[in-house]
Amino acid sequence: MSRTYAPRLSRRLGNAAFLVFACAATAVALIALFAILWALVKQGVEGLNLQVFTQSTPAPGSEGGLLNAILGSIMMSTLGLAGAVFVGVLAGTWLSEYSRNSAYGRVVRFVNDVLLSAPSILIGLFIYGIMVAPMKGFSGYAGAAALGLIAAPVITRTTEDVLRLQPISLREASVALGAPVWRTILQVIWRSAKAGMLTGALLAFARISGETAPLLFTALNNQFLSLDMSKPTANLPVVIFQFALSAYDDWRRLAWAGALLIAAAVLTVTVIARILAREPKRS
Amino acid sequence: MTAAQAIDVAAAPPRPVARGAFLDRAFEWLCFGAASLLLTALAGVVISLAIGGWPALAKFGPTFFVSATWDPVAEVYGAAGAVVGTLVTSALALLIALPLALGVAIFLVELCPTVLRRPIGTAVELLAGIPSIVYGMWGLFVFAPWFAKHVQMPVMMAAPPGTVWEKITTGVPNGAGILTASIILAVMILPFIAATLRELLLTVPAQVRESAYGLGSTTFETIRLVSLPYIRTGAVGAVMLGLGRALGETMAVTFIIGNAHGLPTSIFASGSTIASTIANEFAESTGLHSAALIALGLTLFVITFIVLALARALIGRQTHA
Repeated sequence: MSRTYAPRLSRRLGNAAFLVFACAATAVALIALFAILWALVKQGVEGLNLQVFTQSTPAPGSEGGLLNAILGSIMMSTLGLAGAVFVGVLAGTWLSEYSRNSAYGRVVRFVNDVLLSAPSILIGLFIYGIMVAPMKGFSGYAGAAALGLIAAPVITRTTEDVLRLQPISLREASVALGAPVWRTILQVIWRSAKAGMLTGALLAFARISGETAPLLFTALNNQFLSLDMSKPTANLPVVIFQFALSAYDDWRRLAWAGALLIAAAVLTVTVIARILAREPKRS
Repeated sequence: MTAAQAIDVAAAPPRPVARGAFLDRAFEWLCFGAASLLLTALAGVVISLAIGGWPALAKFGPTFFVSATWDPVAEVYGAAGAVVGTLVTSALALLIALPLALGVAIFLVELCPTVLRRPIGTAVELLAGIPSIVYGMWGLFVFAPWFAKHVQMPVMMAAPPGTVWEKITTGVPNGAGILTASIILAVMILPFIAATLRELLLTVPAQVRESAYGLGSTTFETIRLVSLPYIRTGAVGAVMLGLGRALGETMAVTFIIGNAHGLPTSIFASGSTIASTIANEFAESTGLHSAALIALGLTLFVITFIVLALARALIGRQTHA
């Protein structure tokens, strides 16, 4: 005869309570996400209209949009990302292909991790110290440099990770065919790791396009439309910060519209990066 | 003819190096330079903060870290208020986020139906992608009023006079304050901790877990007695990573902490953190004021550096073990 095993009631209750807690915790996280997205969409859509994209930030009480801020953000993020991709890809390549197990390699890897999670406001202070203070003026270039310095460690990290995943035989095959090492890296390794590296760049872009703190005292803000990045440059995050904390209703409406735009852009890029990352490789 | 050719080929010296090999050194140096640039950047951050903050550190000496007076008019600066504010909000945030993150990770690994695993996992990751300024706006305009009405007011009303309870919940019930900031921080770091814990939980070997189940353990017991001890070191590392994020978070906190100098008096009172103080004041500061702010920044760097170094050491040990 067989007896089915059943744990004692107290243990079953403990287990049930625990399972309920795990589900509740997940529910809390999901509720938070939807509460934030709901508020964003509800308040943001109200402030969203064609003017937002065609006019510059207004004085309180008059009509206007976010054109200068959107343009400034795009310019600074793009320039910062370009620099970060250049440095990050090369640094990641060095870590993966050349550093081997050298002590210096370990130091650089650790330093990169520290930079990766250093508070972004400190990056802003650093760029202020080396670019804004000596040049006696806030500028879009300083903002781009700050954003680049935040993005570079992200790209370095992802580049190293994906390059390490490429099989050794791929490198050997290329070298055996007579290609020098640099050509092997450029045309074989980078090419086969393309999707992963692109994901890294997209994630870095998502991260910097919402950054506010380091721009507060590097790019500052500019009320007018300007393509000159050697002057203070308007950007969405700082405009949102100033407008949201202002006492004017029309400014706050614009802040919500801007927040919606930024969140939508960042989340879209994040989702694209995730999809790209999990897309199966062609065989 | 053919014989001669064969001899020619054999006689020709083998090409010693691949074509374009002279660029190899150049490319290696280029990569090396990029890697070293990162090192230089970090050194630059430390040095520029040290130089920039020096006037304040030299003037106030050790009292800078002990005094909680922050008075730009009288030019007297002490970091204690902001440092305590930073540590308290981060610790509270961790206290709230950790159980939730553990719950989410366990849900995703153990309980979630396979169909829902990816969507829910992605949703939690999206929480990590929302820019902090959006958290700030949401916290200030949506969460704070709700929190004031449904949590702060009842809790303050219910507090028996003269007890510790009353003492730690005094303040203006406007929704902004230490606890509100901690809650928003908790939501922000939750996805990071949950993601790391989830990955760690997936490293627990199936045999070990199945043995526990085989001995008659419930899910709760398996996780508590087998999985959690297995991932312990890495889990502490994950917590430290979350803590590192909370310590340096700027914009969301600046929106909702209330920005009052000095030591926080209760969990509902306004306060400030290092990052929020810098964000609020640096652009308009001059002279000693900006030096004091940079010295605050250096303090923040040292605190986060210690936390991160510990986290890396612990997580590294777990994954290499």
